[in-house]
Parts: sequence; structure tokens; C-alpha cells
Amino acid sequence: MREFSFHRAASVADLPAGATIIAGGTNLLDLMKHEVMAPESLVDITRLDLDRVEAEGDGLRIGALVRNSDLAAHPTIRRDYAVLSRALLAGASGQLRNMATTGGNLMQRTRCPYFYDRRMACNKRDPGAGCAAMGGVTRNHAILGASDHCIATYPGDMAVALRALDAVVEIDGPSPRRVPLADFHQLPGDTPHIETALQPGDLITAVVLPAPVAGQHRYRKVRDRASYAFALVSVAAVIRLDGGTINHAALAFGGVAAKPWRDPDIERLLTGREPSDALFAEAADLLLRPARGQGENKFKIPLLRRSLIATLRDATGMEATA
Amino acid sequence: MTRHLRVDGPNHDDRLDHMAQGVLGQPLNRLEGPLKVSGRAAYAAEARPANLAYGVLVQASVPAGKVLDIGDAPGALAVIQDKRMVRYAAQGQAQKAPKSGPDQVEYMGQAIALVVADTFEAATHAAQNLMVRYAAEDVPVNPDAVTPELPPQKQASAGDLDRAMATAAVSVDAVWHTPSHGAAAMEPHAAIAQWDGDRVTIRAGLQMLSSNRAQMADALGIRASKLRLLAPYVGGGFGSKLGINAEAVAAAIAAKELNRPVQVSMTRQQVFDLAHRRSETRQRVRLACDPDGRLTGIGHDVLVSNLPGSEFSEPVTQATPFTYEAAHRQIVHAVARIHRGCAGSVRAPGEAVGVTVFECAMDELAEAADIDPVELRLRNIPEDEPVTGRPFSSHKLAEALRDGAQRFGWSDRRPNGQRAEGEWLIGMGMATAVRVNMLVESRAKVTLLQNGQAIVETDMTDIGTGTYTILGQLAGEMLGLPVDRVEVKLGDTDFPPSSGSGGSFGAASSGNSVYLACEDIRRQIAKAMGCDEPDLTLQNGMARAGNIARSLSELIDGSLTGEGHLEPGKTEKSVRQATWGSHWAEVAVNRWTGEVRVRRMMGVFACGRVLNEKTARSQCLGGMTFGIGIALTEAMEHDSRDGHAVSRDLAEYHIPCHADVPGLEVHFLSERDAYVGPLQAKGLGELGICGAGAAVLNAIHNACGIRVRDLPATPDKIIAGLEARA
Ligand SMILES: Cc1cc2nc3c(=O)[nH]c(=O)nc-3n(C[C@H](O)[C@H](O)[C@H](O)COP(=O)(O)OP(=O)(O)OC[C@H]3O[C@@H](n4cnc5c(N)ncnc54)[C@H](O)[C@@H]3O)c2cc1C
Repeated sequence: MREFSFHRAASVADLPAGATIIAGGTNLLDLMKHEVMAPESLVDITRLDLDRVEAEGDGLRIGALVRNSDLAAHPTIRRDYAVLSRALLAGASGQLRNMATTGGNLMQRTRCPYFYDRRMACNKRDPGAGCAAMGGVTRNHAILGASDHCIATYPGDMAVALRALDAVVEIDGPSPRRVPLADFHQLPGDTPHIETALQPGDLITAVVLPAPVAGQHRYRKVRDRASYAFALVSVAAVIRLDGGTINHAALAFGGVAAKPWRDPDIERLLTGREPSDALFAEAADLLLRPARGQGENKFKIPLLRRSLIATLRDATGMEATA
Repeated sequence: MTRHLRVDGPNHDDRLDHMAQGVLGQPLNRLEGPLKVSGRAAYAAEARPANLAYGVLVQASVPAGKVLDIGDAPGALAVIQDKRMVRYAAQGQAQKAPKSGPDQVEYMGQAIALVVADTFEAATHAAQNLMVRYAAEDVPVNPDAVTPELPPQKQASAGDLDRAMATAAVSVDAVWHTPSHGAAAMEPHAAIAQWDGDRVTIRAGLQMLSSNRAQMADALGIRASKLRLLAPYVGGGFGSKLGINAEAVAAAIAAKELNRPVQVSMTRQQVFDLAHRRSETRQRVRLACDPDGRLTGIGHDVLVSNLPGSEFSEPVTQATPFTYEAAHRQIVHAVARIHRGCAGSVRAPGEAVGVTVFECAMDELAEAADIDPVELRLRNIPEDEPVTGRPFSSHKLAEALRDGAQRFGWSDRRPNGQRAEGEWLIGMGMATAVRVNMLVESRAKVTLLQNGQAIVETDMTDIGTGTYTILGQLAGEMLGLPVDRVEVKLGDTDFPPSSGSGGSFGAASSGNSVYLACEDIRRQIAKAMGCDEPDLTLQNGMARAGNIARSLSELIDGSLTGEGHLEPGKTEKSVRQATWGSHWAEVAVNRWTGEVRVRRMMGVFACGRVLNEKTARSQCLGGMTFGIGIALTEAMEHDSRDGHAVSRDLAEYHIPCHADVPGLEVHFLSERDAYVGPLQAKGLGELGICGAGAAVLNAIHNACGIRVRDLPATPDKIIAGLEARA
């Protein structure tokens, strides 16, 4: 680990220029130990007044320092945004969730093992160096939105639910603004080192949720062990039926791309239709049309398909066994 | 005088059943438990001698070649590249150091130098940023890329297997793959070395101190008498601490050079790179049987790997020659010489993967022959060891199968794919558990003080298994003392040399030596009492013989000392020693996502005398959990281009977590094995692993009809099966 200076910020105005933000530290510290990230100065933001969940219009404003455990247990979240609570609880472990913050969780970096291993070439870590993951162990890499420069995924769960909920990220900094979560994480293209819409000097202050959508909230995460593993694929769903037809479908997918994936076409396809296996298969086909395997991760294509269908059947009350 | 026993024949007197204290076998909590849960038990890296410097190993970033230049490390106290540093860990029980000369790289991640600094962080930073230059070499890293060696002594055959297969009423011929496994003990490997003149003391996480001392002395080029090893607490080993490794050798070299104590701890990633891995295996199993399911042929043909010149090769077929009867048999053992990290003993080397695969093949045969899997096994239990004709020292497989079937409710098992709950398909599976048993030479010293307190000393280790506790119980039983009157001192080469912990032989081997030392003391007490030792009863500090009763304090003047020395003898060869059991699992397979959840699991085991019902049970729980890992989650992936271990932390190397492990049930069959010394106890640590994964995999098949032969059975492999059937 490289030596660094450490400053504990007292207010949002008190962020030293150029310093790297540390919140729960559960991701950043690991990366610093490997010198995948080697900041010269850290600013600890955990004393800032950003740890509240409060009403904003018909929605909710979640402070960037609200811990994952607290957010998952928050009564309003559990009642009105259950998909978010479920996604949070599907992530990491109890200990990690106690430390992890809303802002830090959004900003967590890929788990591509080649990114973590400095012996290996990585365009994210070292732009232009190449990508050692391609042709290597690619079991957990992207099937959607990857590029010739990078095939890593965004690994988080919370953001997948936020994507289905149409959340917005509130940013303070040189130009304070609100960025829809849809535009927050970036696909790699030829700049895989640029992962989010944040600019130097920016601080995430909150995540804002619009008015809740009643209906069935599901978060289905498929992983290599029953807990404490990143998603192979995940599906966040908010589905509402009205007299036998689907009148709201919001679906986001994790573990498959460099950002929580969402495809408006499949939502349009589902809306106004009666639930059926044929319809769900059609939706899965549409979703997976652009999907490409990277060798070992090809299985994610049928896995995502099956997971989507299972989630839709579950959320629309179809028999699990049919 | 030392009580010496070579185990040359049976011992049927069940003496421990006739002692008076009644403490042996009791489910006592671990004596050192409170120290561990309150952080007072100091593990290897937790000592803080004054003026401690920190060393961090520098690792090769090429799979093979020569280190030309190590570069320099501004801010470090020293960069040490000493030709005595070892390239990989010593194998268990080796008497010599492993290969040294770190400038020749044999696998990616090999330790090539040590950087020492005043803090761990500074040393890490310097080590990570050295500009090392190599003359890299092209080497094979995949087992399929080379023509394997066929060590002649590892091949075996009897009869004509090909003919048996060709003429069989029913047969199975299939190939399985298991990946590399990491031991993944909780405590990363660490050592602190400190010199005093020409004597060095090393605290380290080690399992077998007496051979570790020989290895270390050889590595450093000093006499063993100048070297003291301390390992009072070890946070798990699972084979990975059987032999010395790069960190301890480097710490000793650096401490000498800098003339101050030096600690070297591995990071979690380094543990995956540098501790022995279990070799991946390819296993072809051929089984032939008659219409009644009686085996006529058994073939077990395996490919494992290791570095060129490494003598260890995963003994996959260790239990194959004696588990089931068959006239025609063949074992082929091939070793691919490739440049992945060194392979060695990991959690039940051999049977962990060998029995697991073999028992999957038996399940396939049962199905093909339309015979119940339990019945198929019962029909093939040999009377004596096949081919050699040796008797078994004890043999409780049939009882374990029948008892297990009854307890588990095996008769409720339905045909494949006929039980479902919502999205989940439910199935049951079973397997035989079998593991070879052995004793290893071991010594102990016991001192009985006038105040009725006993001290047990041996260089045996407690790697979290409960050794402190069982040796305390044993001495208490033999000397008639409550356990809190017995102090057990372990993990110090100043104490008599023991078997160490490994291969499931630790409890029985070191236990027998403590038994003998106590017997020595009992004789001295008997003499003072004027009776024969067998007529002596010791209980709660009182000695009784006939109608004489005296307290130990009256009998002992100062203290009594006993020494015990156990050696394996003729029963090693005259009988086939093994432990037996049965594994049972009920799993749920998600029909959509292919996720597998173990719903219940049970093991029935026969391992001779149980010394502490609780620690024994814990060993089995751990073993069965490893079985779940082998079946469902554990895989150390290697990059096919350079062989490096890709899953190098506990987020990526998936040990089963709590949610993967349901309530596990363990039952012991009452057994006294007469051929394994007066303790009549056999090994237990590994039996719970051997075959456990097969019960899970066979249950998957019963649930959904899919056979996963490429382990572990992760969702991708299950859905591949589901898709193929759709
Ligand atoms: C073993 C393990 C398993 C895990 N499993 C899962 C899982 O299954 N699912 C899952 O979703 N996650 C998982 N995680 C990731 C975990 O959720 C993240 O580490 C955590 O959410 C990060 O939050 P933090 O507050 O600790 O962030 P930090 O580590 O403090 O920061 C992470 C990054 O965010 C930046 N940052 C933090 N706060 C702000 C802010 N307010 N504004 C701008 N930038 C900011 C930091 O500069 C840093 O780059 C796992 C982590 C570990 C270690």
C-alpha cells in the first residue's frame, strides 16, 4: 500500500481538491492494498450529514452515507421499494453491508480478476495496456455492451434495483446536478477507465427515488453459492397486473454488463399483454438479441433467459412447476 | 523410563473402557476456546517482539524462467534474494528442505525475494513495485498439453479388466474432472524469526513440528538442535501447513541478515499462489457387474499434475483397491508435469476427490443395473482386502450403510425427477465414506505433580481440531484427574517429537504416546501402592487397589514423570486399516436457474474409539462441509496461458458459506479397533470429506436426472443439462 495523507471532512465544502473519497472503505481499501488504486490523499466523508432517508415529493431522498444495512431495513423501503431492500440483502455479507454506503456501493469497481491483479494487462487500470481477461478466465464477464477494450461487469446489486426504480443520482461538485441512474454507469467503448458520469471534484450526495410503483417487487440473484458471492446474473423486477394484463413492467439486469442493463423494448413488449410462457420467451429473445459470450461465460445467455422467465412467472403468479 | 510400544499386533483389552474417571469421550468444549474467542491465543503473526521488521515476499510474474535482476526498493531496509530461499513448500513428513534457489522460476507467483521494511505496508509497497527482469521460458501449464509420466509403482492390475467390461451384464465407463482446490485455512501463513547468537526461534503456522524442524535446518544449513519452532495455535492447516514454506525460511534468513526479528506473513492472495494446491484430476472410472450387481471389474484411471521433479502426486485411487470386491481390476496413475503452483496434500488427499468420483460412478452403475444404490454397495463389500487377502482391522461399512439408510429415511427416495416443491426439484443421494488409516511415530512426556496436577508435553499441534482437549481428557482418564487438573503444552520443538497433525493420524498417534506416558506413571504409582498396575484404580486424585485407598499427594514425593513412545509396527502391513462410513444428502435443484441447495445431510462414521464426542463431531461437520464445497462451489481456476491461480481470495474462491450448509447430522458407530494401539482410536479428521460430495451429486441426479461430471456443479453446468434435455 502506498503512503497517503488522510483528511476527515467536516462539511461538503471541506473536500480537498484531488483527494479520493473514502466512505465505508470496503472496496477502496482492498484496491489500495493491491495498489490497483493508489491515491496520494484520502478524504473520509463519513462525518458528513448525508446519512438520512427523507421524503422528497412523492419519492424518497437517500443520503449517500446511508449504510446498506440501514437502507435495506428502512420501513418505507421495505414497504414501497421492496426490490431495493431485496437487492441490498442479496449483496455481500452482513458485516460488509454494515459498513458499505449508498454512494460507495454505486461506485464499487468491477470484480474482474485481471483488474485486481497488477501482473495482468488491464485497460481499466492502465488505459492502452490491453485486456488480459480476453482469452483468460471469463466466467463472470459481460455478455452485453462489452467492447474490444474491456469485458468487465459492474458487479453490484443495489444499483440494479435502483435502475428498475428509475432512481436519480444527486451530485455535488463544480457543477451540481442530478443524473438519472440510466446515464450514471458507462459502457466501456474505448474508454473502459471511465466508469461513471462523475467528474473530478464530484461527490455523490444522495440517490433520489421517484414515487413508488405498487406491484410485485422481485430481485432474483443467481450465484455460485447461496450467499456472499457476486451475481452470475440478476434480475430486478417491478411488475403490476391489471385485470389479467401487465400494465407496468420495469426490468433491470445485473452481472451481465458494465452497467445495470435495462431494455425498454422488452418492457414495451410486455406491457398490455397477458402473461404467458410464449410472451416471456419472446421477451427473453428480445433482451438477448445483442448478447455475446466471451468463451467461459456463454452460459450466462441461457441463464439470464431462464432467470428472466422464472422471475416473470413468479411476479405474475404463474405456477412455478408448469 | 520410556514406555515404548510398537504396534505389532492386536490389543483387545479395551483398557480405556475400564478406567474410573469417565472423562474420555465426553463432549467437552475445547479447553483453549475462551482464549481463542477473546483474542488471547496468539497465532503466528500475532507476537510482537521488540524491534520487529516486516518482510513481504516478492512473487514471480512469469510462469518460468530466470530472474536476471531484482531491481531495488527505495525505502526498504533490505531486498533479500538468498539462494537458500525455497521455491515451494515442503511436502508433509519430508526430512529435507524443498528445492531452493529462488532465482529460477518454476511457476507464476513463486517467491523470488523478500523485501524488508519497518512496516508491513512499506514492505508491501516496495515488493509490489520492484522492476524485476526475467529471461522468461515457455513452459506447459495445462495437463492436456504434455505426455504424462506413468510412475511404475503407482500402476496396478489384476485379471483382465477389458474383458470384464466387454462381457459385463451392466457397465459404466465415464470421465470426471475435478479442479484444483486450495486449502484456504483461515489463518494465512506467517512466521516470525528471531536469532540469539547461532540459535534461531521461529514462530509459525505449522502442522508437524518435528519434520518441519528437519526441513528448516536443512534449508538454513544449520543443525536442528540450533532451531526451535513454536506453533502453539494454528488457525487451520488442511494440509497447507504440513511442510515449511517460503515465508518461514525467508524470515529466518532476513532476521539473521538484519540482526533483528523479522515477520513474514502471506497475503490471502499469496496463500493461494504459494500454499500447495490439490491437483486438478481427470478420472476415468470403469465398472462392470453381473445382472445381480456383483462387480466383476473396477478400473480407475487418473491424470493429476505437479511441477517437474515434485514427488507428490494426488493419491486419487488410494481407497480404490480395497473398497469393493471385483476379480478384474486396474489402476492407472498418470502425472502431467506442468508449471502451475506446486501440488501437495489438501484436505484428505486422494479420497477427497477419488472416493467422490468413484461413488458417483457407483450411483451410475446402480441406476444402469436397476439396483438400489445402498444395496449395490452392500453386495460388493469384500470379506478381506481384495488381491492381497489381508484382513481388515475393523470394517463397519455395512453397518454404516444400513444404519444411515434407516436414520435418513432412504426408503422415501423417489425415482428421478419425481419430487418437486415449487421451483425446486428434490432428490436424495448417498455414498460410501472410506479413508485409509495410519499411525505415525509419536512421543510425549507427562508429569504428575504432588498437588495432583498433571502436565502433558509433546510437540504435537492443535490446528483447531481439539488436540489440547482430547490429550487433556486422555491424561485425566488415565491418571484419575478432572480435566482442569491437566495442563497440555503443545507446539514447541523443545517438547518430545510427535506425529504432528496431518493425514488424520494426529489424535491416535499422539494420543497413544500420551496413553503410554500415563501408563508409565501408573506403574510407578502401582509400585508405591504395592499392587500390579492393572489392579490400580485412579479417580479424582485418589489411588485405590483392593481395600487400600490413598491420595496422590501422599504417594508422590515431588513429581512423577512418564514418557511414552509409540511406533507403528507390523499391523501397518498385516491388516488393512481404514475408517468407514456413509454419507446421505437431500438437495433441491432450481428448475430454472440450476442453483443447488443442500437441504439436509447426514454422515454415519466408524472411526474406532471417539475421544471427545463434540470435537469429533466438529471434525465431521467440517469434512462434510468440504464435501459440499467439492460438489458445488470450490474451484481454483488457472489461466490457461500462464497457469496462474485466478481465484485468489475468499470472495472468488468459494468455500461454502453458512447459507450453503444446512443442519448437518453426524452419528458415530461404536467401534474399538484392536490393531491401532491401546487407544483403539482411528483417524477422523478426513473421513467426513471422503465421498460426501458424491452424496450431493447423486442427490442432484435423483432430483433432476442430470449427471454433472465436471465439478463443481455450479448453475451453468446444471442448466446445460436442463437445456439439453428440453
Ligand atoms: C467480499 C466482498 C463481497 C461483496 N459482495 C457484493 C455483492 O454480492 N453485491 C454487491 O452489490 N456488492 C458486493 N460487495 C461490494 C460492496 O457492496 C461495496 O464494497 C460497498 O458497497 C462499497 O461501499 P463503501 O462505502 O465501502 O465504499 P468505499 O470502499 O469507501 O468506496 C468505493 C468507491 O466509491 C467512491 N465513493 C464512495 N462514496 C462516494 C461518494 N459519496 N461520492 C463519490 N464517490 C464515492 C470511493 O472513492 C471509491 O472509489 C462486496 C464486497 C466485498 C469486499
